[in-house]
Amino acid sequence: METLAMHISNGIINGPVAALFAVIALAAMALCVQRGRLDLDDRLAPMAGLVAAFVFAVQMLNFPIFTAGVSGHLLGGAIAAMLVGPWVGALCIAVVLVVQALVFGDGGVAMLGLSITNMAVLGVAVAYLLIALLLRVLPRTTAGLAVTAFVAALVSVVVAAMGFVLQYWLGGTADLGGNLAGLAGTMAVSHLFIGIGEGLITATTVVTVARVRPDLVYALRALKPAQPATVPTVGGVR
Amino acid sequence: MGAGHVHVLYREADSPVHRLPPEVKIAAMVAFTVAVVATPRVAFWAFGAYALLVVVVAALARVGPRWLLTRSAIELPFVLFAFALPFLGAGERTDLLGLSLSVEGLYGAWNILAKGTLGVWASLLLAATTTTRDLIVGLDRLRCPQIVTQIATFMLRYLDVLVGEARRMRVARISRGDDPRFLWQLGGFAAGVGALFLRAFERGERVYLAMVSRGYTGRMPPVWQGAGAATAGQWLLAATVPVLAATVAATAVVLT
Repeated sequence: METLAMHISNGIINGPVAALFAVIALAAMALCVQRGRLDLDDRLAPMAGLVAAFVFAVQMLNFPIFTAGVSGHLLGGAIAAMLVGPWVGALCIAVVLVVQALVFGDGGVAMLGLSITNMAVLGVAVAYLLIALLLRVLPRTTAGLAVTAFVAALVSVVVAAMGFVLQYWLGGTADLGGNLAGLAGTMAVSHLFIGIGEGLITATTVVTVARVRPDLVYALRALKPAQPATVPTVGGVR
Repeated sequence: MGAGHVHVLYREADSPVHRLPPEVKIAAMVAFTVAVVATPRVAFWAFGAYALLVVVVAALARVGPRWLLTRSAIELPFVLFAFALPFLGAGERTDLLGLSLSVEGLYGAWNILAKGTLGVWASLLLAATTTTRDLIVGLDRLRCPQIVTQIATFMLRYLDVLVGEARRMRVARISRGDDPRFLWQLGGFAAGVGALFLRAFERGERVYLAMVSRGYTGRMPPVWQGAGAATAGQWLLAATVPVLAATVAATAVVLT
């Protein structure tokens, strides 16, 4: 079910709509490349690679929901936004999707624009906006950070799923008629569960990283620019 | 998607397809897929022609039909979706074997099955004949922004570390009596995930700094580039497949 939402196979959405979203995705990625270059320093470059590898890996790990049949994979938009920021984060997710499409046939190449729009653009943007907002509103404690990561991950997964429903409504190749509402409902419910799983994993990972190496969390860096991060000694810390 | 590791798909061999420079193969694969997707779904013969093209390239690349078919299993969720369509679809209905099926849904299912399968086959052929390293070189030569190839390079580099480490941690948990089921396995998994991530990062950071101190500037050295960029002849050779596919697609559009 989840693969359905996220890694759209060739022929699910018609050509013109796929082309439209390819243009949208390309424009968004061009902006991310521009802004991402400013962000990418010696600390962020390996982090970006690791986040991409991490997202790639967790997208391969399927975990069961209701033990029966339905299983899904995580998207990783929130963790990318949290650790490497929105620009590089979106690029990381896009790289994952491109490599999966090129070497796994996971998701049609012609449908890449749709997937990138859903997961890399929508997912990361929603997650980062929520992170920026919640980190300012919630108390600056570990619990606050955990709640922020959880909510951002949960919402971004559901929004990405709804992105697919929107795309299907615009250009699904098979007319579902009244069943489109059913598709939307199924997608929302199943992704609510995936979102909870994703939220838990995002929260624990981010909290662990923030506890040991707070300087690595991009979202926290933006918040307290005045305070110098704990100096990471070159070549291994502990 | 539970499909092993990146390198798993590469088939070590020496064939005309393996020898083609990666950028040529990527461009040909993308162009082929676009042609397939642009084909009207009622032009059944066109999909047969595409399948024939795939078979010819697979034979040239020495990729067996069995390998291609087993690896196509990645497409299964979509196949299930496709089979549901005739029942869910709206509009005119037809009777087949006593079942009332939607005509629109049947066409939709055919559309997804045919185009999806051809797309998966094209990607698999690319993966089978191109190492991941070559893939990055290819993307770089196709003028992919450096920041993107850089992220992709590190991603592929760290993937081995992450996957191996995660597998070891899972085995360690299970061998200590953990029986992961339902949502509870998330707890164990997530608790390990934070540690896994940090360990991998610190290792990755050291690797990165070592690379920087040896003159890495964000682009892989020329040694990686191998035999060099594609010649005009190689471009022409590889272009035959997408050009044939585009001809088929254009004919199909005109005829329907």
